[in-house]
Amino acid sequence: MKKTFTVLGVVAAAMLATSASAGTLEDVKKRGTLSCGVSTGLPGFSIQDEKGNWTGLDVDTCRAVAAAVLADANKVRFVPLTAKERFTALQSGEIDILSRNTTWTHTRDTSLGLNFAGVNYYDGQGFLVQKALGVKSALELDGASVCIQAGTTTELNLADYFREHGMKYSAVVFDTSDQTREGFEAARCDILTSDQSQLYAIRSKLGNPGSAMVLPEVISKEPLGPVVRQGDDAWFNIVKWTLNALINADEMGVTSANAKDMSMGTNPGIKRLLGTEGDAGAKLGLSADWAMNAVIQVGNYGEMFDRNVGPKTPLAISRGLNALWNKGGILYAPPVR
Amino acid sequence: MADPVKTQSKTAIWNDPTFRSIAFQVIAGVAIVWTFWALFDNTMTNMERRGITTGFAFLNETSGFGILMSLIEYDETHTYGRTFLVGLLNTLLISVLGIFAATILGFILGVARLSRNWLISKIAAVYVEILRNIPLLLQIFFWYIAVLQTLPHPRKSFNFADSFFLNARGFYVPGPVPESGFNIVLVLFFTAIIATVFIARWARKRQDLTGQQFPVFLTGFGLIIGVPVVIFFILGAPMSFDYPALKGFNFQGGITVIPELIALWLALSMYTAAFIGEIVRAGIQGVSHGQTEAAHALGIRHNPTLRLVIVPQAMRIIIPPLTSQYLNLAKNSSLATAIGYPDLVGVFMGTTLNQTGQALEIVAMTMAVYLVMSLLISAFMNWFNNRMALVER
Ligand SMILES: N[C@@H](CCC(=O)N[C@@H](CS)C(=O)NCC(=O)O)C(=O)O
Repeated sequence: MKKTFTVLGVVAAAMLATSASAGTLEDVKKRGTLSCGVSTGLPGFSIQDEKGNWTGLDVDTCRAVAAAVLADANKVRFVPLTAKERFTALQSGEIDILSRNTTWTHTRDTSLGLNFAGVNYYDGQGFLVQKALGVKSALELDGASVCIQAGTTTELNLADYFREHGMKYSAVVFDTSDQTREGFEAARCDILTSDQSQLYAIRSKLGNPGSAMVLPEVISKEPLGPVVRQGDDAWFNIVKWTLNALINADEMGVTSANAKDMSMGTNPGIKRLLGTEGDAGAKLGLSADWAMNAVIQVGNYGEMFDRNVGPKTPLAISRGLNALWNKGGILYAPPVR
Repeated sequence: MADPVKTQSKTAIWNDPTFRSIAFQVIAGVAIVWTFWALFDNTMTNMERRGITTGFAFLNETSGFGILMSLIEYDETHTYGRTFLVGLLNTLLISVLGIFAATILGFILGVARLSRNWLISKIAAVYVEILRNIPLLLQIFFWYIAVLQTLPHPRKSFNFADSFFLNARGFYVPGPVPESGFNIVLVLFFTAIIATVFIARWARKRQDLTGQQFPVFLTGFGLIIGVPVVIFFILGAPMSFDYPALKGFNFQGGITVIPELIALWLALSMYTAAFIGEIVRAGIQGVSHGQTEAAHALGIRHNPTLRLVIVPQAMRIIIPPLTSQYLNLAKNSSLATAIGYPDLVGVFMGTTLNQTGQALEIVAMTMAVYLVMSLLISAFMNWFNNRMALVER
């Protein structure tokens, strides 16, 4: 009897241990698809249309990784996650990358067993208010009720901001972005707070978008980026360098349209990036055309930005902080060399 | 004659059935504990190896987030341990309120279904069939949306006598502020409750011995309510009220009942009442009609028959399934997160888990709470059941 239990115990213990094993790269190649955690629906970043297609900046980041690893940007399985679920999904191995407008913070980087592979959007927290309230600045918000999403950095920043300015608030906490918006529309709260980019997305979903406005204050730094599990450095490098490749391509003027031609050109930096010179791909355990596939199938960072959140989209966000370092922004990727 | 005993006592100890059964239980117990310990230990080691922080140190860290409603003092400078308590109390509050309302409504429904009045019994039947067949989560959303949509913006609140206000942010009532001397009233109140319990015992004993009755109810009422009220006014009503008033965005002061609480309470109690109604009906119908006839034959009138003969026997049928309804309600209260009521699951297993990332510890603590809560409800109902069972002699 005891033996049975011993065996049972060992089996169960072994079961718990296995998911930490084999490298993510091998798993993804064997499976043939990349598992990517995204939001439940946030225009511009990750949202599903009626036909079930996912679009957005975070979605494209995953597609680029799939293109680099599997040579096919469509081999991605998207897993919608609420803010609360996202880290557990990554820790448990349900997804290979978390690309869900997730802020890089000290606690998340150090205590969750996760690594941030870079930043694909520099954001900051802001406030959406009903115009009818006549509020012009966040400093007039003393005593306000605030609709907010559970499990976000937003929750903590809000508390800090109100404390710093000696103001009181009451937080009405919802699970998803849609519920939060509905609470705001039903006048359950005076303001809605979230990352600024998301405020425009949420506003565009309101019954009457003109009735609400975004306040000028930005109260926090929200560097958003893809996250992977800690302890798999090879996979960490792949995600990090795919993102760097997209940004470098933007800087070098390599686009989905001209990548083929440029790889035959004379610029050694571009040739190294696109795999016609050197062995950048092999050093990542990928094929030589890893970055080429990503850029051709998904586009460089600038193309991704313009397609999903840029001035010509409903979100109409300008590059701002997210412009390249030599164009007035802070986007700066280490060189491929 | 002494021989067989002797031979028996000589048999090897492992052939002794009592010893064997105990020994096997001990071995099984040890094995189970060991298995769980091995699982736990293994998980912890794995998590540490993967760089995930483990342990309970986080309970002493500052939480840094606000909670909509708290029965104890709380703000973002308190600890995660405190958020656990806040969530726990909010869960207990909604469970107790829900059990209370569901019981009353359920008993009314059960009796109504047996009513000879066609309309009343049909209304009760329709209620039961509709409410118990719609998923609870939908009902919670329904009440939340119904409550929110019909209530006005704070600046256009429904105003009752300038002291009660109702709007989309909640129901605002004046908060009592006790002044010096009020403690005397409180002490009297609690003393009276204890005294009444003793009086009731004494009265029962005397009735058993002498057959004389004693107006326990009236005496108790006078002691518990009457005396404190009289003293309260003699002391010059040592109580003032903090009236809610519109300041800036919202009403401040007084007590706020948030709409999430109202919606959740309505949904939980109305849903569970449908089941309790059926249990009560079955309980009453389960007492055979012969009991009534026998009581009537003894000359006992209709009301005492109901109170002394039918109900005590029906209760014995009702209590066990009623217990499981109470357990369901307490566990269902965790659906609160769907509408943002800050219960244990929302506050602790939601925000706290997410901010600290310590899933294992937090989930284990939350599970333990629901387990203990359920066991306590069961224990109480078993005790109550035993008391009821004794009524039958
Ligand atoms: N960047 C912040 C906030 C992320 C977040 O969850 N934002 C909300 C905006 S309301 C969201 O994306 N919701 C989409 C969803 O629920 O799927 C964080 O990492 O904590």
